[in-house]
Amino acid sequence: MKITGAQALLKCLEEQKVHTIFGFPGGAVIDLYDEILAAEKLTHVLVRHEQAAVHAADAYARVTGDVGVALVTSGPGATNTVTGIASAYADSIPIVVFTGQVPTGLIGNDAFQEVDIVGITRPCTKHNYLVKDVNDLVPTIREAFHIARTGRPGPVLVDLPKDVMASKILFPEPQQVKMRTYRPTYEPHPGQIEKACRAILKARRPVIYAGGGVILSNAHEELTELARTADIPVTMTLMGLGGFPGTDSLSMGMLGMHGTYYANMAVANCDLLIAVGSRFDDRVTGRVDAFAPHAKIIHIDIDPTSISKNVKVHIPIVADCKHALTAMNTWFARSGEFNGKAEKENHALWLQQIKEWKAAHPLGYVEKTDVIKPQFVVQKLHELTGGNAIITTEVGQNQMWAAQFYHFNHPRAFMTSGGLGVMGYGFPAAIGAQMAAPDRVVIDIAGDGSIQMNIQEMATAMQYKLPVKIAILNNNFLGMVRQWQELFYDKKYSATILDVAPDFVALARAYGAVGLRATKPSEVEPVIKEALATKNLVVMDFVIEREEGVYPMVPAGKATTEMLLV
Amino acid sequence: MKHTISVLLQNKPGVLSRVTGLFSGRGFNIESLSVAPTLEADVSCLTLVTVGDDAIVEQITKQLHKLIDVIKVTDISEFEYVEREMALIRVKAEPSTRAEILRICDIFRGKVVDVSAKSYALEVTGTCDKVQAMIDILRPIGIQEIIRTGTIAMTRASKKY
Ligand SMILES: Cc1ncc(C[n+]2csc(CCOP(=O)(O)OP(=O)(O)O)c2C)c(N)n1
Ligand SMILES: [Mg+2]
Repeated sequence: MKITGAQALLKCLEEQKVHTIFGFPGGAVIDLYDEILAAEKLTHVLVRHEQAAVHAADAYARVTGDVGVALVTSGPGATNTVTGIASAYADSIPIVVFTGQVPTGLIGNDAFQEVDIVGITRPCTKHNYLVKDVNDLVPTIREAFHIARTGRPGPVLVDLPKDVMASKILFPEPQQVKMRTYRPTYEPHPGQIEKACRAILKARRPVIYAGGGVILSNAHEELTELARTADIPVTMTLMGLGGFPGTDSLSMGMLGMHGTYYANMAVANCDLLIAVGSRFDDRVTGRVDAFAPHAKIIHIDIDPTSISKNVKVHIPIVADCKHALTAMNTWFARSGEFNGKAEKENHALWLQQIKEWKAAHPLGYVEKTDVIKPQFVVQKLHELTGGNAIITTEVGQNQMWAAQFYHFNHPRAFMTSGGLGVMGYGFPAAIGAQMAAPDRVVIDIAGDGSIQMNIQEMATAMQYKLPVKIAILNNNFLGMVRQWQELFYDKKYSATILDVAPDFVALARAYGAVGLRATKPSEVEPVIKEALATKNLVVMDFVIEREEGVYPMVPAGKATTEMLLV
Repeated sequence: MKHTISVLLQNKPGVLSRVTGLFSGRGFNIESLSVAPTLEADVSCLTLVTVGDDAIVEQITKQLHKLIDVIKVTDISEFEYVEREMALIRVKAEPSTRAEILRICDIFRGKVVDVSAKSYALEVTGTCDKVQAMIDILRPIGIQEIIRTGTIAMTRASKKY
């Protein structure tokens, strides 16, 4: 029996085990929405802005480890997704975005609500497609999901002309996707594994530098095993947080621009750097020539372009992190040369040194009794959720305080727009995360500036009864930019003062949500407790120290040892 | 250093713009680029000449390879290879210079492909250097227009029989 393109697309979603999609309708996708109404197994979440649909799909993917899906209309619907797609691309998150398009006959005619979204998103998708013939529809969608979830994951966009959705086809039998040109390398080269293991045996001052790849490949257990067997201290990138238990004694927390003193010192002094699924981003390396200057570098990454892009690597391993770490653990377990005890003695001095750095400059802040410190709020959130919440963040100081003070012990519990740094990511991401994990506590740690970039999603959270918690660290500033102005631009606060702001508590109530405010440190705990006890969307407005800074801080372009401390 | 890179691609709409977008987006430079179908109708070969140090060229080849529609990337400069470029050159031709132009054309094994009262159009093929040499020699006589194809290249067949 022949079915329409729209029906075929829904069948494809079922085939891909997609149960939830995030979207917003319009003329070009009206055929699809007509089918969605009848699709019993599919939950469609109607967002209030297409950017939010993509961020929500992104977080949904991060929580579930599978592909997130967004659906929007042509023209403005499509262009509104670009920021979300670029963010998912920068963070290697597997999503598929379906965009409506004008009928094939009108393409290229500057038709109403026509944009060349395939052209626009070419540089910020892993791959994208315009489906011009309904016979290509199903194979294309299967390929899109395959590309999104395999190799280095990423966003794939499929542009769907309206007439293609209405045309009829026979639904092709399910088939394994086989592509001539795309075959990511999962298995590491055994010779490289041996070289890496021998380098670890020889090292006196090794450091593991773990990135988002550890989370994406579900390699946290293998990483933990390697670190503990050989007693190697671990530092993580913003994207890697949760890849190794943050409260473990081997954890040095985050490195880089707002990394810990001890992580940055350890990297600067190590003789072996084991980079796992990380990409030597400039926010991590600071001045490149001063980054791990004495170290031999091992780099495990599934994307060959990441290797030796910014920093020359000595032992490259192109592979999936999980496969490579498993191979290394196996090598150590099997090889007669491995002597756990000598190994630990080797590293004991080094761990002692790191302990001293930690004692000299622990992560901290100046406590006050009359004003709320943002770090205190994050610490309390950690304490009162037992460290088990899913945390999303906006961008700016709020993001860094969340990264520094909510010590993540589990993977897939921290969602932040790391590579692109999108203000407005956190709240829609929290919605996506809550859809993926209805029973978890989901908290968006927000800034007063960022939250206003997608505040309209309160309606979405209310519509689907999502008990997301928003914790606004309200400094009435675009705080992170203000901090740079304070430090490097003579305190000239150009365009960063947000004195005119909504009453967030009243705004929450206007949407039917719960609004709570804390203005004194003593109110922080009761507010959080009340929020956690409330089965509803809650906005917590924490009025914090206005000019609090994020420290340590490595000024842009400086060596990571040149930190400004608290 | 100059590198000649040969890229086999799936012949699909938008593929060329993925390649050129990669170069502009990442600030790699393209000296010349030429593309046409191969023996297989759905595969095109793109030859591009770029300049960069080893690290940059390594990035370029890796990034090209990462494009989903790219089948194979070869840095031809690493092998023995033949390269050719073709140029069409229109030169001002006056009674006093005609003989000289024809002589130069002959030396470079070129051909006259169009003649008018005031100009000759010459066709020349050869390595990029040879084409450039001919252009340099003709320049003082008065070149009115040049069209070049950009380099195409092919690795030499293995000498082992
Ligand atoms: C969409 C977008 N626009 C601009 C920026 C630049 N930016 C980075 S942090 C920041 C300030 C964020 O302010 P707020 O959300 O209040 O967070 P705070 O730093 O005060 O915690 C700005 C403007 C950005 N990252 N994203
Ligand atoms: Mg702020």
